[in-house]
Amino acid sequence: MNRLTPRGAAIGIAVLVLAALPVWIGNPYYINVASQILLYAVLALALNVMVGYGGLVSLGHAGLFAMAGYAGALVLQAGHGHLLADLSAIVVAVAATAVFGLLSLRSTGIGFLMITLALGQIVWGIAYRWADLTNGDNGVNVTTRPAPFGISLASADAFYWATLLVFLLAVVTMAVFVRSPFGASLRGTRDQPRRMNALGYNVWLIRFVAFLFSGFWTGVAGLLFIYYNQFVSPQVAALQASAEALLMVISGGTATLLGPIVGAAIVVIMKNVKLFENWWILGELFTHWNMMLGVIFVAIVTFMPEGLVPGSVRLWKRGLQSVRKRPAVPAKLEERAP
Amino acid sequence: MMTQITAAQAAILAINSLALGGLLFLLSSGFSLIFGLMRIPNLMHGSFFMLGAYFGVTLLGWGTNFWLAAVLSGLAVAAIGGVIERLLLRRLEGQVLPQVLLTLGLAFIIADICLMVWTGDPYQPSAPSELRGAVTAFGMFFPLYRLAILGVAVVIAIALWIMVDWTRLGAMIRAGVDDPPIARVVGIKVSQLFTLIFSLGAALAAFAGVMGAPYLSVYPGLDFEMLPLALIVVILGGSGSLLGTLVGSFLIGVLYNFGQALFPNLAYVILFLPMVLVLVLRPQGLFGKVVP
Repeated sequence: MNRLTPRGAAIGIAVLVLAALPVWIGNPYYINVASQILLYAVLALALNVMVGYGGLVSLGHAGLFAMAGYAGALVLQAGHGHLLADLSAIVVAVAATAVFGLLSLRSTGIGFLMITLALGQIVWGIAYRWADLTNGDNGVNVTTRPAPFGISLASADAFYWATLLVFLLAVVTMAVFVRSPFGASLRGTRDQPRRMNALGYNVWLIRFVAFLFSGFWTGVAGLLFIYYNQFVSPQVAALQASAEALLMVISGGTATLLGPIVGAAIVVIMKNVKLFENWWILGELFTHWNMMLGVIFVAIVTFMPEGLVPGSVRLWKRGLQSVRKRPAVPAKLEERAP
Repeated sequence: MMTQITAAQAAILAINSLALGGLLFLLSSGFSLIFGLMRIPNLMHGSFFMLGAYFGVTLLGWGTNFWLAAVLSGLAVAAIGGVIERLLLRRLEGQVLPQVLLTLGLAFIIADICLMVWTGDPYQPSAPSELRGAVTAFGMFFPLYRLAILGVAVVIAIALWIMVDWTRLGAMIRAGVDDPPIARVVGIKVSQLFTLIFSLGAALAAFAGVMGAPYLSVYPGLDFEMLPLALIVVILGGSGSLLGTLVGSFLIGVLYNFGQALFPNLAYVILFLPMVLVLVLRPQGLFGKVVP
């Protein structure tokens, strides 16, 4: 029971490495990038509950993320404490998710996607146009970070460790969720909704509860974001932000726990670290983030529909195979079968 | 929170509502055709609108006649749409998520290219000279150009209706949509038909973009502002229904203008109220057919 499995050891080492990261990196800029990766990983994990396990592609998660952020920021701006701000951010996120769910879960597939997109854009519209409440394009500042149990999170290191703690909590909750009977029934509604219905499961309710769970963690990520960034503006709710979150989930590979985390790391690093700066076209491409996002999407669907990470592995293996004299198995065998 | 308006202002708002409704119909009818007939969630429809508007700006800058510019940029965007459909979307038939990713990805690419070519400055080309004035009726002024947008939209609505319901081409489209394998058996080239519909939808969006440019102006971000409007119209009207799109467009046109005048802060929220009602009471849309 208590014997150390290779898997357990790997997880233990990963946690230790993550915890030691600030000491190892040293440079506050990169520590902040690491904090960003962790907070976006929480968002990607939450979105993956819908996309990967529920088979419901949402393009409105940035709206929920922004709702939590704005709720927290506005409560703080009104002069209340951090506890009330945090609570209201989460409550607002979950309540907004309930509204999103009631409207969007009337359909699945394209319908679900379109309705969540429209709802997300409405959140953006409120953030942008309802200037009396949200200060419009100028956004809302968050002047202080909280100090739970008297520990100030103002420094990059402290904030990283706090984010890591929340991130680990999210990963554990997700792991429990996925392995639970409820997680199994959610996958059932994804693969065989009619059979699940015939077996007596309430398909709609399962999806709704999964959406609430996803919305809760999206809210947590939104809250982490405003404390990290100390500023929230309508940009956070834009369609690009939802698309980025979806890219994180898809690039890492859906319906896995590790996939969204890797995806978040890929996307955040591509956005923040100046890669290939001196490589003319590539460097140019990386400065045009929207273009890059678009090119990656097109490349994924055209060349590696299973996701960036598994797809690259496949293409790499195929490349190796063609270098060797003869592949052991005829490469086309699978495609010929049906 | 509610702002008071006079009768004269209300009349102007009504005209603006009709003009915006007309524009939205030009935009959404293409979206509805592509979505309703081919089941492709074309998230670059707003981009077609913006690209068309920018093409129009450039053509007008060269001194092209306004209507010619609108038609030419419609044709140019139709060609781009056709190529995208043939080369990229065609491989993804029936796969919703890849189609979404592809069209969204292309929308981002188009947005960035537009930003590079036309910079971030807004453009507002002037309306054609013959339509710059206003007509006076009942002691009030009505800007002529907005009435013209409405007129053009009505003409195109009738043309589309005749095309889909009364011509051989329309019959072939309906057959290709209802049962593609049987349509192929009886000799209809479904694949070419779908490319044609996609191009037509793109052309309508681009044409709407040029028509809208003197009224809405053209700026980066216009694409993702128009896309949700088209979505809401199609959710309201029911996908694949021209009549639904027409009614939905004018409903949104009215709500947008009056909402903005009466409740300036909440204009966006008001747009979404009818969508909520429709989703709750009639999920298939006002004029949509129930898909089994």
